[in-house]
Amino acid sequence: MIKSRHKRERFIQFFFLFTALISILVLSMILLFLFMEGIPIFAKVSLTDFVFGREWYPTASPADFGILPLLVASLAVTILSAMISIPLGVMTAIYLAEIASMRVRKIAKPVIELLAALPSVVIGFFGMVVVAPFLQDHLDIATGLNLFNAALMLAFMSVPTICSISEDAIYNVPIELKEASLALGATRWETVFRVILPASLSGISTAVILGMSRAIGETMVVLMVAGGAAMIPTSIFKPVRPMPASIAAEMAEAPFRSEHYHALFAIGMALFIFTLLFNLVADYIAHKHTQVGAATL
Amino acid sequence: MKLFNLQTYAADKETLVEQPGDPVRRSAQDEQPGAAQPILKTPPGASMGSRRWMQRSMFSLLRGAALINGLALIIILGFLVFHGWRAINWTFLTQAPADSMTKGGIFPCIVGTFLLSFGAMLAAFPWGVASAIYLHEYARPGLILRVVRLGISNLAGIPSVVFGLFGLAFFVTWCNLGVSVLSGILTLGVLILPVIIGTAEEALRSVPATYREASLALGATKWQTIYRVVLPAAFPGMLTGSILGISRAAGETAAIMFTAAVFFTRHLPSSVFDPVMALPYHVYVLATAGTQIEVTRPLQYGTALVLIALVFGMNLIAIVYRARLQARS
Repeated sequence: MIKSRHKRERFIQFFFLFTALISILVLSMILLFLFMEGIPIFAKVSLTDFVFGREWYPTASPADFGILPLLVASLAVTILSAMISIPLGVMTAIYLAEIASMRVRKIAKPVIELLAALPSVVIGFFGMVVVAPFLQDHLDIATGLNLFNAALMLAFMSVPTICSISEDAIYNVPIELKEASLALGATRWETVFRVILPASLSGISTAVILGMSRAIGETMVVLMVAGGAAMIPTSIFKPVRPMPASIAAEMAEAPFRSEHYHALFAIGMALFIFTLLFNLVADYIAHKHTQVGAATL
Repeated sequence: MKLFNLQTYAADKETLVEQPGDPVRRSAQDEQPGAAQPILKTPPGASMGSRRWMQRSMFSLLRGAALINGLALIIILGFLVFHGWRAINWTFLTQAPADSMTKGGIFPCIVGTFLLSFGAMLAAFPWGVASAIYLHEYARPGLILRVVRLGISNLAGIPSVVFGLFGLAFFVTWCNLGVSVLSGILTLGVLILPVIIGTAEEALRSVPATYREASLALGATKWQTIYRVVLPAAFPGMLTGSILGISRAAGETAAIMFTAAVFFTRHLPSSVFDPVMALPYHVYVLATAGTQIEVTRPLQYGTALVLIALVFGMNLIAIVYRARLQARS
């Protein structure tokens, strides 16, 4: 009786282990299918031509599959949006964790959650019908659908991610550190800047990396707002075509299993590898420098 | 002898006065000899007043940053509500699009979005909860746990368009499901799996350890404890997670573009193998590829407003429900 019960328990435990492995399974299947559909393009163009080719004319004949303009566009949009979203997100996090009263926190935290839940297509739509005409009129540029607008909208999407993760990190700094600093005569700002920020730096870095990873993979915003020109941008007010936008815009037109179709999957591979790297680095930092209690500082 | 001793004693005393033995103080003096050093280094000439001023200006800067976020949300919502509410009426919500999508309503899109998001939640919920049970109740710290957690966090970080590509290559093509509700449900299900796992684990964490100990002490096995004691206690928390999962799936566009959603269908889906229209894709299509983009602007605002109302409504339910749970425990 006891033995059969024990056997059943073992079986159940293995069942749950299996279900937990499903995430790994899915991850490897995504990898497998992306590569299966993406690799065939490299029979036509070499890897260096694909990555460093400056011409993306997938429907011309002969077609050109150089993703450098898309790659540069993705990086430019992500970096520009990070320049807006990092200060904004981290500063908001500091405000919420250290300065805001309990009542403000109670309202602000759910508001940030709502911000994070805002569907990307709605933000793209807003950028298209409100921000683009505004930019066009006030800055006297050819089109409001450009790199800057896309970066602005992306920043708006990654602020909640950056803010909520950094807020957790800042809030979890042991109170002893704060008290010690205040007791030594430091002002609250000096305490925040010299004690609390250094102590929560690893959490903030994780937040920043995850926020940027969200920005580089975000599709609908760049599809609707970035302008769509597959050229290496010469200024921040030029239209661009980041990688996700290219995939989303062209997949419907690409004939099934054509070179174009394979090339789009290969862009998906590049995107997958980018976000995987971002996430691995974030995970590494988060685990390497976890602050446990006051003593490890 | 005695005198000599006294002299050295006095000399020692003098040095003591001149150079306090505190190593921290001494090193501070080494840097700027002669100046009286406060323990915390401030820029030369920084008085208490200027430090206060610094604090005040920095704090208002931080407050300003938080304010910008709130303002941005208010501006976006304001614009959508201001332009969208006039488009919303009973016909808009209950009729199909007419005249090549320049008139009529969005009923098929609402139905499609409901099917896709609820379906995705139903598909992902059992797996997500089971994974969470393993992670929180069974797993011991070690390599397997580390790898599984890494897998989940990476899955959460994959862009939705890549999920779309995977859905196209696997569900639509390899499994031969075609562009259909089922392909969309499965793709979205994979996409929201990390959300469900995360919230289910949090729900398990909030069940007090004493519950488990009491049950085990009564002779129940681990599985009996989980099934009869832990799961019922954690279930309400898991429910909020599933609501968040639905809202995430409802707003997703890129993942259903190639797997489930179509431009326009005349009919509502009659089985899970039919394609559907969906709200987020409808917003995108009307705004970028509609026949008359300017003419259909009110419809676009209306559709976006309905989508936001749906997503925010579900999120608010989850937030309020969770706050109640926390207040009770």
